[in-house]
Amino acid sequence: MTDYLILINAVYVLCALLFIFGLKLLSHPSTARKGNLLSSLAMLIAVVVTLLDKQIISFEFIIGAIVIGSAVGVFAAKKIEMTSMPELVSLFNGVGGLASLAVAYAAIVSGASATVFVLVVSFLALLIGAVTFSGSIVAWAKLSERIVGRPIVFKGQAIANVLLIFAIATSGYLLVSQPEVTTWHYIAIGLALLMGVMLVLPIGGADMPVVISLLNSYSGLAACAAGFALENNLLIVAGALVGASGIILTNIMCKAMNRSLVNVLTSGFQKVHTSEIKIEGEIKPLSPDDAFYVLEASQSVLVIPGYGMAVAQAQHTMKELQTLLENNGAEVAYAIHPVAGRMPGHMNVLLAEADVSYEQLFEMDEINPRIEGFDVAIVIGANDVVNPAAREMVGSPIYGMPVINADLAKNVFVLKRGMATGFAGVDNPLFFKPNCRMIFGDAKETLNSLVRQFAD
Amino acid sequence: MTGIYLLFILMLAIFVGFELIRKVPATLHTPLMSGANAISGITVIGALSLAGGESDRLATWLGVVAVMLATINVVGGYLVTDRMLAMFKKR
Repeated sequence: MTDYLILINAVYVLCALLFIFGLKLLSHPSTARKGNLLSSLAMLIAVVVTLLDKQIISFEFIIGAIVIGSAVGVFAAKKIEMTSMPELVSLFNGVGGLASLAVAYAAIVSGASATVFVLVVSFLALLIGAVTFSGSIVAWAKLSERIVGRPIVFKGQAIANVLLIFAIATSGYLLVSQPEVTTWHYIAIGLALLMGVMLVLPIGGADMPVVISLLNSYSGLAACAAGFALENNLLIVAGALVGASGIILTNIMCKAMNRSLVNVLTSGFQKVHTSEIKIEGEIKPLSPDDAFYVLEASQSVLVIPGYGMAVAQAQHTMKELQTLLENNGAEVAYAIHPVAGRMPGHMNVLLAEADVSYEQLFEMDEINPRIEGFDVAIVIGANDVVNPAAREMVGSPIYGMPVINADLAKNVFVLKRGMATGFAGVDNPLFFKPNCRMIFGDAKETLNSLVRQFAD
Repeated sequence: MTGIYLLFILMLAIFVGFELIRKVPATLHTPLMSGANAISGITVIGALSLAGGESDRLATWLGVVAVMLATINVVGGYLVTDRMLAMFKKR
């Protein structure tokens, strides 16, 4: 090891430490921003010290690539609307995957005398990078509604997938045993890209939080595998941290839907459940005018947002209503289900954007024990996450899923466009409960008319 | 032998990762994802040595492309995370 290499690796240790401290500070909203700064500082140091390496001889292209990449990154980060955050994160995941793919491919073509170990890990990095890239692009297209959000399935898909896995394994073997044959490179990359597409196509809109978390994990694992190929410790450590983060989020999302990861990934292939259970009762609509009188008399109001709030862009109007309610002497709290929205924490970001204090945002487990105390629960564009069938109807497809027990509040207002079922395709007995009133229409307009009533 | 030594690092890093991320509250899960995404742009340092090194033409060009892509990830990821975290306020 030359002196330079020792210096570089010593600095990498420092960078790994900064990444770890950065993530540690992310454990509370008040320190999180500092943590992110620390993490970005680690990245900057890592890049600068790598450029000091004497082996690097041509700087023109590197500088050019960094300038272009930074410009695109700054533009995307500044322009993006908070409601489109899931799309942006998917795109960034995809870009990260493609970068790992390129690094792995470069490692394969440049390593004339590479060992079998290096070739195997390079192939793994290539595979994970490609799956992350194409999978994220499909996820992005689904989220931004460039292709339909519902599961896309065709006849023989399961068999096709099994064949694809065999083909990938074979291409991997060929690539490792004959690394100089470029045909195997192309076949391996092509098959891996196809794999990513096949992975995400059969997954529906409401399962997107799981897929995004999983792809996030993959983007880290791809970097990690590239680290093995290049024998770079920092790549391994940072990649593993990201991989762990994605796996934990995936796990949380699956638990919140009471499903296994395999079930989520293959759900598109299963038959849609049709429940035989009849729900007794009637739907009772309510006008915003009448809802106002109830809200005016309420001491405590619980807001339960779902993806519908993001679609209607209703978070700012909700914050206005919150201020009016609080001035009227009511306590306002928000209950957020882990899978509400299209990515983990989606609702929290939207409400933070609308200037709602994070101390008013509660997780499902915090709010459920005291939900009986609320005078009114307002459900905005959420359906499955407040479905009491999960608790009381054995045999319902969503039975056993942890939900926010909105039906236990004294009154429930459901802001909804129409009577369509949620993603799970199950009727919601909440709408038929005696304490529930439906306020039909666009959530933002309904909230706006409530705000106007309070202002008068 | 190097492989074993790298696996050691991987194993420890995964455990540290699990312990750290478990403590991140649900309210910060979106910034956690975009921040983690920026960290996964660490591929940039691997790409840098490939782009500037004396390897063959194809490898150099792949390295340059990888540097650009990973930079998008790093710069965009950290900026958007910061933008989000700045909005999380206590009244």
